[in-house]
Amino acid sequence: MNENRDVLLTIRDLRIEGRSDEQWNEIVKGVDLTLHKGEVLGLIGESGAGKSTIGLAAMGFARDGCRISGGTIDFDGIDLRKASEAKRRNLRGKRIAYVAQSAAASFNPAHRLIDQYAEGPVQHGVMSRGEANRDATELYRRMQLPNPDEIGFRYPHQVSGGQLQRAMTAMAMSCRPDLIIFDEPTTALDVTTQIEVLSAIRDIVEQFDTAAIYITHDLAVVAQMADKIKVLLKGEEVEEADTRTMLNAPTQDYTKSLWAVRSHTRPEQPPVAPGTTPVVAVRNVTAGYGTLDVLKNISFDIHARRTVAVVGESGSGKSTTARVITGLLPPREGEVLFNGTALPPDYRNRSKEQLRQAQMIYQMADTALNPKQRLRELIGRPAQMYLGLRGKALNERVRELLRLIELEPDDFIDRLPSELSGGQKQRIGIARALAAEPQFIICDEVTSALDQLVAEGILKLLDKLQDEFDLAYMFITHDLATVKSIADEVVVMKEGIVVEQGPKSEMFQPPHDPYTELLLSSVPEMDPDWLDKLLEERAAGGAGASVEGAGN
Amino acid sequence: MSHILKMIAQRLALGLVTLFVVSLIIALGTELLPGDFAQERLGQSATPETVAALRAQLGLDQPFHIRYLTWLRDIVTSGDFGVSLANGNPVTEQISERLRYTLWLAFYAAAISVPLSLTLGILAALFRNSFFDRFANASALTSISFPEFFVAYILIFLLAGAGGVFPSMVNFRTDPTFSEYLYRAFLPAITLTLVVTAHMMRMTRAAIINLLASPYIEMARLKGIKPMRVVLRHALPNALAPIINVIALNLAYLITGVVVVEVVFVYPGLGQLMVDSVRVRDMPVVQGVALIFAAAYVLLNLTADVLATLSNPRLVHKR
Amino acid sequence: MLGFLTGLFWVAVVVIAALAAGWVFRTAAIAVAPKKVAKALRTAPLTASFGMLMILVYIVVAIFAPLIAPFGETEVVSVRNAAWDDQFLLGTDNLGRDLLSRLIYAARNTVGIAFVTTALAFIVGSVLGLLAATIGGWFDQIVSRAVDVLMAIPALIFVLLLLTIVGQSIINMILVIALIDSTRVYRLARAVAMNIVVMDYVEAARLRGEGLWRLITREILPNAMAPLVAEFGLRFCFVFLTISALSFLGLGIQPPLADWGQMVKEFSGLITFGIITPLLPAGCIALLTVSVNFVVDWQLHRASGLKE
Repeated sequence: MNENRDVLLTIRDLRIEGRSDEQWNEIVKGVDLTLHKGEVLGLIGESGAGKSTIGLAAMGFARDGCRISGGTIDFDGIDLRKASEAKRRNLRGKRIAYVAQSAAASFNPAHRLIDQYAEGPVQHGVMSRGEANRDATELYRRMQLPNPDEIGFRYPHQVSGGQLQRAMTAMAMSCRPDLIIFDEPTTALDVTTQIEVLSAIRDIVEQFDTAAIYITHDLAVVAQMADKIKVLLKGEEVEEADTRTMLNAPTQDYTKSLWAVRSHTRPEQPPVAPGTTPVVAVRNVTAGYGTLDVLKNISFDIHARRTVAVVGESGSGKSTTARVITGLLPPREGEVLFNGTALPPDYRNRSKEQLRQAQMIYQMADTALNPKQRLRELIGRPAQMYLGLRGKALNERVRELLRLIELEPDDFIDRLPSELSGGQKQRIGIARALAAEPQFIICDEVTSALDQLVAEGILKLLDKLQDEFDLAYMFITHDLATVKSIADEVVVMKEGIVVEQGPKSEMFQPPHDPYTELLLSSVPEMDPDWLDKLLEERAAGGAGASVEGAGN
Repeated sequence: MSHILKMIAQRLALGLVTLFVVSLIIALGTELLPGDFAQERLGQSATPETVAALRAQLGLDQPFHIRYLTWLRDIVTSGDFGVSLANGNPVTEQISERLRYTLWLAFYAAAISVPLSLTLGILAALFRNSFFDRFANASALTSISFPEFFVAYILIFLLAGAGGVFPSMVNFRTDPTFSEYLYRAFLPAITLTLVVTAHMMRMTRAAIINLLASPYIEMARLKGIKPMRVVLRHALPNALAPIINVIALNLAYLITGVVVVEVVFVYPGLGQLMVDSVRVRDMPVVQGVALIFAAAYVLLNLTADVLATLSNPRLVHKR
Repeated sequence: MLGFLTGLFWVAVVVIAALAAGWVFRTAAIAVAPKKVAKALRTAPLTASFGMLMILVYIVVAIFAPLIAPFGETEVVSVRNAAWDDQFLLGTDNLGRDLLSRLIYAARNTVGIAFVTTALAFIVGSVLGLLAATIGGWFDQIVSRAVDVLMAIPALIFVLLLLTIVGQSIINMILVIALIDSTRVYRLARAVAMNIVVMDYVEAARLRGEGLWRLITREILPNAMAPLVAEFGLRFCFVFLTISALSFLGLGIQPPLADWGQMVKEFSGLITFGIITPLLPAGCIALLTVSVNFVVDWQLHRASGLKE
C-alpha cells in the first residue's frame, strides 16, 4: 500500500566517517534508504552497525567526531547535504524530529517539560507560546500521561522514566513533523513500562500519519512498530523487506542467526534430592539503606549444579540481595548460610576460605576489570592469593583459565582490558571468578550490556563451566528470555519481596501470581500482532492487567 | 521550600563553626610564639618589673582560654581587636580605614572582570576551536601563569613612568572623590582584573563545554535551536553551579589575595598592613587582619554554596 | 600610538619565535623518542611543545648553574649598578654582583625549593587523600573536616600568619607552604580516588580480601596517576608563585641567596624610569609557570579524552 504514496526521504550511497586514533574510518559504508510518507521503517542491528548514525544523518546531522563523507540525502526535495546549516536547522524539530534513547538524559534538567515542549514550535514560529501550552496538554493527554494538565509544569527529575519517554515523543510531535527518528526509545525501560510506551508511540504515529525511522536492537519490538525492516551489520545493509516477510522468511544467514539467537536452552535438571544441604541459603533476610527497607523477609536456596535466576524490574531489590550474600551490606535481620553454616554478615569478618567460595561476575565488564592491569595479573591474582600459586605454576594456571574461556593464551595473556572486545572482557570476568575455584558464583546481569549473539556465547560458556565444576549460580537478570534459556529455578522479586519462586517449568506455566503474569506477558514476542493481542487481552482484564509494573 | 531553608540554615551553621575554629587557630598563634614575647620586645636590658608589667598589659599572664575568650568577646561585642604591639595604637582603628580601601579595590576590579570574563567565556565556548577561542585560551593561560608583580610592572612600564598616563603609586593622602579614585586606582584594578578574568573565563568556558557533549544539548540542536540559544538557554543554566563557585573564589581572591598588588602600588589596604606587621611580628594586627580575611573568605564561599544550591532545580523542586 | 604598534610587533615576533621553537623541538623529539612517546608527542600543540622545551632548559640551567654562569653567585665583580656591556651582559646589581650569574643561580634556588615543597605537599596530601577515600568512615570524616577548616583561611594569608608564628627561614617556609598546599592536594586526591573506589574492580578486590596496601598501590593509585601528575604541575606553579611572592615581599628566600622574586623587589624602583631590569627576573618566573601550564593543559585535555 505504501508503494503508492509519495516518497519522503531518499538516501543514496550514504557514507559516514568517524574519527578515532587520529584518522578517519568509514563507519557507514554506502547505505541506501527510501521512506514514503506515513511509513515506519525499522532499522535493526547490533552495536556498531551504524543505525543511530544513519538515523541522525537523515536529519542532516553528524555527531562531533563524525562526518558525512559521501552520498545524497534528499528530504522532500531538499538536498540535506547541500543545504545551508540555517536551512537544515529550520527543518530539524519542525519537519524532522528526534526521540532519544534516554529521555532522562535528553530532557534539560534546568527547565520544565512544558517549556521544553513549547521551545520548538515557538522558535520555529509555528505557534505562539499560549497555543503551544494548550497543544502540549492535548498531546500529553493523547500520549496517555497521567494528569496531562499538570505534568508539563514538572521538572524532568520529578517524572518517571516511562512517562518522560512519552513526554519526549509528545515533544517530538509538537511541530507535527513529517518524519520522526526514534532512537531506541524503550531500551532503557523496564518491560512492563515498555509496553505502555510502545503502544502510545504507535498510536500517535498512526493518528498523525507521521513517517518514522525506528531504531532498535530488539527484533520483537521492531516487529510491533515497523511496516518494513532493514537489517544492518557493520555499516552495511544486510537485507530489507516488509515486516512479515522479514520475520517469516529471512534470506541472509546473518539475519537468520539473529532470529535464531534465543534458541539456546539448558537441559532440564533432575529435582534436587530432598534433604540436600543447599550451597547458599538466604534465610528471612531484611536489609536496606538508612531507614529504608529494600529487602523484606526474603528466603531462597541455591543448590550445587543449579542456576537460580532472580528476576525483577528496577528497584525490585535483586542487586541488593547480591550485596547481602557477598557481605557488602550486612542484613538487619536474617542470615545467609553457606553449606549449612552461617556466614559472618560483613565481608570483612569472613575468612579467606569463605571469600574464595563465593565469587561474583559483574554487569559492566568495563568497570569490573582494572584498566591498568594485564590479564596475567587480573586472572592470576585470585589463584595467587587463595591457592598460593607462584611463578611457573601460576603462569600455567592462568593459561589454563584462558583456554577454559576459549581465548588463546599466547595472544591474550599480556593484554590490557582496553585491548579486548565487550564479550572478551566479560569472559575475563568469568575467568577471574573461576580462578578462585569457588562453589558459588553470582552473575549480576552479565549479559545485559552485550549484543545478543555475544550474550549467547557467554551463556553457553557459563553452562559448560557449571557442568565441569559443579558450580551453583545465582543469576540476576531483568530479561525473561535469558531466564528461559539458563535457569533451573526462578525467584521473582518485586519491591523487595519474593512474589513467586519455584522450578522453571512451573514458573512458565499458568497459574501465575498476577505480577509474574504481567511480567511474562510484557515480554515482546516476534509476532507483528503480539502487541494488539496483548492490549486486547489486558483491556478484557487479563495478562496481569490488575497490577502495576515498576517505574510508575 | 522548607527543605531549602533548612539546607541554607545548615550551611550557615557550618560556616559559623568554621569561623570559630579558624579564630581558635589564629588565636593559638600567640601561644605558639617562641620565647617570651614581652622579653623579646623590651630587649635584654629590661628589668623584670617592666617585663611583668608588659605581660600583664598584653594579658600574657592569663591562661590561654581566658585570653582567647576575652579576645573573641571584645571582637564580637565591640569590634575591638586589641592594641598593636608595634605602635600601641588600637588595631581596630588601623584596620577599619584600610579595609574600606581594600573593599573598594575589590569592587572596582570585580565590576570590570566578572562581566568581562563571563562574556568572553561564553563566546569562547560558542566558537570553540575557532581562532578566537584558541587565542583567548592561550592568552588566559599565559596571564594566569604570570606572577602578579610581573603583570603590575609591565603595566607600569607601559602606562606609567616616563610619559605615562596613570600614577604608578596610589596616593590617598587627600581623600579622593569617586572619579579621582577610579583614576588613581586604575593600574592596581587592571592588574587584578587581568589576573582573575583569565581564571574565570577559562572556568566558564570549561563548565559550558563540559555540558556540550550531554544528550540534552544534542536534543536541543536536533530541535533546530540556534547555537547561541543552545549555549545560553540549555548549557548555561546547568553550568551555573561551577561558574558561581569560581566567581566566589575569585572575588575572595580580590579581597584576600591582593597583598602583592597592594605592595607594588603602595596601595593603603589591608594586605600592605599585614605584610608590614608580619615583618615586625606584630601579632594582634596580624591576627585581626587574618580573621577579617578568613571571615570574608568563608562568607563568600557560603554565599556561593547557597546560590549554587538555588540554581539546581533538582534540589529546589523535590520530587 | 606608534609605540603601541611597535610593542605589538615585538609581541608578535616573540610569539611566533616561541611557536617556531616549539615546532622544531617537537619535530626533533618525535624523531628521537620511542614509538609510544612519539605518538603522544604528535598530539602536542605548539604551545605545549614550547612549554616542554622551556622546562627542559630550566632544568639544565638549574643543574649546571655553576658551569653556565660567568661569575659566582655572591661574587662582587664590578662597580655597583653597572650598565649592560660585553663583560657583564645584563649589568650588575647594587652590590656590584653580575646580574646574569645571579639570574642563573636563582633558577637553582627558587625552582629547587619550589620543587621540594611541592613534592612534600604532594606526598602528604595524596597519601592522606587516598587513605581517606579507601578507608572512609571516621578517618575520612576527621581528616576532611580538618582540611575544610584549614582551607577556610586564604592561602597566602595563612602562610603569612604561620610565618609570623614560626619565624622566617627557608625550612620554615618550605614546611608552612607544604602544609597548606597539601590540603589542596588532599582534596583532589580524595576526589579522584573516590571516583575509583566506587568502581566494580575495587569492590571485587575488597571482596577478594585484599589488604589496604595492595588496594591502594595496585588498584587505585595506577588509575589515579594521570590527574595527580597534572595536578603536580599546577601545584608546582602555585607553590613557585607563592615563594616568589613571599620573596618579593621580603619574607621568603633571603639574600645573599639569589632569588628572582627578591631581585624584582630590589630593582623595582627602576621601572618608573622606563628601565626594564626588574622585568627580567619577573619574566624568568613567568616563563616557567607559563611553560608548565601549557604542558599541563595539554595533558589535562588528553586525559579528559575530549574529542573535538
